[in-house]
Amino acid sequence: MIGQHPNEMRTPMRRVRGLGPAHTGTGHFWHQRVTSAAGVLLSIALIVIAIALLGRSHAAAVQILASPLVAILMLLFIVNSAYHMWIGMQEIILDYVHEDKAKLFSLLANTFFCFAVAFASAFAILKLSFGV
Amino acid sequence: MVEFTLPKNSKITEGKTWPHAEKAGEETAFRIYRWNPDDGQNPRVDTYYVDRNDCGPMVLDALIWIKNNIDPTLTFRRSCREGVCGSCAMNIDGTNTLACTKAIDDSKAPVKIYPLPHQPVVKDLVPDLKNFYAQYASIEPWLHTTTATPEKEWKQSHEDRAKLDGMYECILCACCSTSCPSYWWNSDRYLGPAALLQANRWVQDSRDEATGERLDNLEDPFRLYRCHTILNCSKACPKGLNPAKEIAQLKKAMVDRQL
Repeated sequence: MIGQHPNEMRTPMRRVRGLGPAHTGTGHFWHQRVTSAAGVLLSIALIVIAIALLGRSHAAAVQILASPLVAILMLLFIVNSAYHMWIGMQEIILDYVHEDKAKLFSLLANTFFCFAVAFASAFAILKLSFGV
Repeated sequence: MVEFTLPKNSKITEGKTWPHAEKAGEETAFRIYRWNPDDGQNPRVDTYYVDRNDCGPMVLDALIWIKNNIDPTLTFRRSCREGVCGSCAMNIDGTNTLACTKAIDDSKAPVKIYPLPHQPVVKDLVPDLKNFYAQYASIEPWLHTTTATPEKEWKQSHEDRAKLDGMYECILCACCSTSCPSYWWNSDRYLGPAALLQANRWVQDSRDEATGERLDNLEDPFRLYRCHTILNCSKACPKGLNPAKEIAQLKKAMVDRQL
């Protein structure tokens, strides 16, 4: 809030121009929309696969998930969702967290969490696919 | 972090109920935010009774009536009294709008009046809009050209002129920007709907030769991309404009030049 700015002697224009434009932002904006569109299609695939898995034995479920088409769709779903989730959470953090240290910590935590979820999920699918 | 409660010195207290006017006919109650920078008190909400038989139909008429007849210290901005200057923008009955074009009968009684939200208050209903005006100035709202100025005029087709409809009408009253939650949380870095609508007005102007530089200046996670299409701006605009649509057009231009 401008009323609480530490240096009231700075002109409003100095504060508005700040450090200048970051020359970035459109990439995330566009990727968020692309991953949304992809997410619609991949979620439908996920639902179909989940229904196919209902009531199956462990061995049958493994067989379905290990088939190349299903495994590739699942991997795409994981990567797409994790990226979408990462951008989305970053947007929320930029909206609401303003204190420098808390912001840096939240952004790092978001990145680590999204990578960890994506790699753990992808590893599970690959393990089933390659049966090691 | 985002502030979910008002700072201690901004907490609003119950104020004074002013006496009814003598020989008043039909009356409407007004609950109005008061804050005086000189008395060291917290803001308060005063109650006034306006004699409708002696007062014009608009909320601004009632404010002027109160100032003339009950309380000369009530402070607010006003000028044109016909929705052209944007001076009397305030929060009436929960919505940012112009007091001069808002009818008293279109608000629920008692009519609640506050200054525009989340701006520093100068006094009573007068917000400090220094930051808002600097943001407008930062988009350089004038024609940028490098071609030598033509002898007579910069020409524009009727079709290209029509593209400015819905933008040139903006009177910079700040109703939209101060209704936007993204602007509340990030007004130090996010330009807000009014400045962005004006930015698009120049990006879309067929005579302007600095479209790329204008977009470069907005290519920023905060300046433009704090807009999440909440649409409070379009709902609030007392001129019936659609700032959200103009911001979407800016984002589209940003993507268009990359694809």
